[in-house]
Amino acid sequence: MHASPPLSDRRIFLRFAFIGIVLIAIVLLFGYVGGWLAPQRLTAQRMVNQLQANAGVFSGYRRNHAKGVCVAGYFDSNGQAQAYSAAEVFAPGRTPVVGRFAIPGGNPYAPDSSVPIRSMALRFTQSNGQQWRTGMNSMPVFPVATPQAFYEQLVAQQPDPSTHKPDPAKVKGFFAAHPETAAFLAWVKTAKPSSSFATEGYWSLNAFVFVDAKGERHAVRWRMVPEANDAGVGGSNPDYLDADLTQRLAQGPQRWHLIVTLANPGDPTNDATKEWPSDRQDIDVGTLVLTSTEPQESGACRDINYDPLVLPNGIQASDDPLLPARSAAYATSYLRRTSEEARLPGTVQPNAQPETK
Amino acid sequence: MNTSSTSFVFTARVLHWLMALLILSMLFIGIGMVASVSERHAWLLSIHKPLGIAILILAVVRLIVRLRNPPPPLPDDLPAVQKLAAHASHWLLYVLMLLIPLVGWAMLSAGGYPVMLSHSLRLPPIFPVSGAAFAILRHMHAWLAMLLFLTFLAHLGAALYHGLIRRDGVLSSMTGYRPK
Ligand code: HEM
Ligand code: HEM
Repeated sequence: MHASPPLSDRRIFLRFAFIGIVLIAIVLLFGYVGGWLAPQRLTAQRMVNQLQANAGVFSGYRRNHAKGVCVAGYFDSNGQAQAYSAAEVFAPGRTPVVGRFAIPGGNPYAPDSSVPIRSMALRFTQSNGQQWRTGMNSMPVFPVATPQAFYEQLVAQQPDPSTHKPDPAKVKGFFAAHPETAAFLAWVKTAKPSSSFATEGYWSLNAFVFVDAKGERHAVRWRMVPEANDAGVGGSNPDYLDADLTQRLAQGPQRWHLIVTLANPGDPTNDATKEWPSDRQDIDVGTLVLTSTEPQESGACRDINYDPLVLPNGIQASDDPLLPARSAAYATSYLRRTSEEARLPGTVQPNAQPETK
Repeated sequence: MNTSSTSFVFTARVLHWLMALLILSMLFIGIGMVASVSERHAWLLSIHKPLGIAILILAVVRLIVRLRNPPPPLPDDLPAVQKLAAHASHWLLYVLMLLIPLVGWAMLSAGGYPVMLSHSLRLPPIFPVSGAAFAILRHMHAWLAMLLFLTFLAHLGAALYHGLIRRDGVLSSMTGYRPK
């Protein structure tokens, strides 16, 4: 049905040009949104690349907190948090937990004494199928408040190729330019690498929002407070934490109390470098009981991404800018390590057993 | 069955333009969220998942509408290669708009994630938990989405070619608008 009069060559050319311009404009917009035209934008890929630049790439392992062990057990809720959060995990009763203890850093063979920080990650699986995942560190404040500052810290700490150590001048420069790190630096001065995962407390650091059954919102932080308090000094075994945990669990379950801190109006929820004043209301909402441990290479925690934004109904993210950055970076780390597990082309494969020191 | 053989039926046209808008938004949301570490990442992802499942449901409805209402024929004088390209790309678009959301759902299942569409709405898993399967599905999700984007560009280019250069009634069979 060629009813329309024929077009002149010039008009045909112009119309082809118009079609071309429309298509190119869409491609450019797509590229702009995808960040291809803005290589300086901070992305999860760049953050994880920097973690790899600092520690190396260890096929199949997490890009941070690479050295760790799987644990399992359960959480016994006493119902005290129910007034603040509708999450099923806080109803009186038991929720199964798969967790992981680790030390920060991207090297899965680092000696346990190399850092004074330990971490605990937990996945609670509610009977309604929703999950609560949380990753906590054994310190009351985080060094930085924003993803950009975290990235700059990593860059400053990148080992110098000639000395294989971070350049002290760059590290000093970073901390001088970031006064918000002061509380962390004061803590780290007194911190000693503990000889046990079981005697440490673990802080959420980031704030979250509990939502109760009526829909009211309550800003909170939480921490795990250990029942065991007989930490000694780590021995000469570079993997003493694992040995200690196995030994303690052979004697019986290890327990922590989950303490939820309620913010007062006006307490900052977007700044993990600042503790809330110590008079804020603490609620003991239940007991975490860990009963068994497995190596991470074969254990149930291996393929879990402890993304802090996997939350059940009744717990939500706060406005803390670290939370979405953690979520994005953990997803990137998870995709890289699972791609290595799947031996996908282009991924790093484990070379002959790396020497264990 | 259908009143006019020169246009798509009304339901088909509505579904076409609604889904065109949704799918194009989804491609931009997807590519934008993985390039961001700000609140935008979490916010876009919370739109991405329910919208993706909505597209899956709409795609099933649309496939049924398509099978029950054959589309108007392409112009007789359209070269055979172009006819073949048109049919192949249309079926590719149907396959992709069904497959990409299914792969998204399956990859979250394989990763052991709860497939949350809102704070409280959770879909059941459709794939056994496996880290290696997660990785493969997650890469497939991204590559299939890129293929969808390229197919969409070809589709848009062809539609404009029909509408502006051939002016053979193919574009208006979907817009429903016929200049006198
Ligand atoms: C923007 C800042 C941060 C970035 C980019 C970052 C990055 C990462 C990455 C890439 C992983 C490995 C994830 C995986 O492959 O599963 C990880 C693990 C971890 N991070 Fe962070 N992190 C940040 C902030 C924090 C904060 C504030 C905390 C403390 C509350 C924390 C606690 C942990 C813990 C406990 C793990 C280990 C999880 C496990 O055992 O699987 N991180 N981090
Ligand atoms: C028509 C439907 C869909 C389209 C066009 C689409 C498109 C995309 C695109 C373009 C990306 C970015 C890929 C990359 O470059 O890495 C993406 C990522 C993603 N999509 Fe979809 N998607 C769809 C449906 C779904 C569904 C139904 C789900 C889950 C229920 C889903 C979950 C995800 C997740 C979790 C990511 C990765 C986020 C991250 O790693 O941070 N998508 N999608």
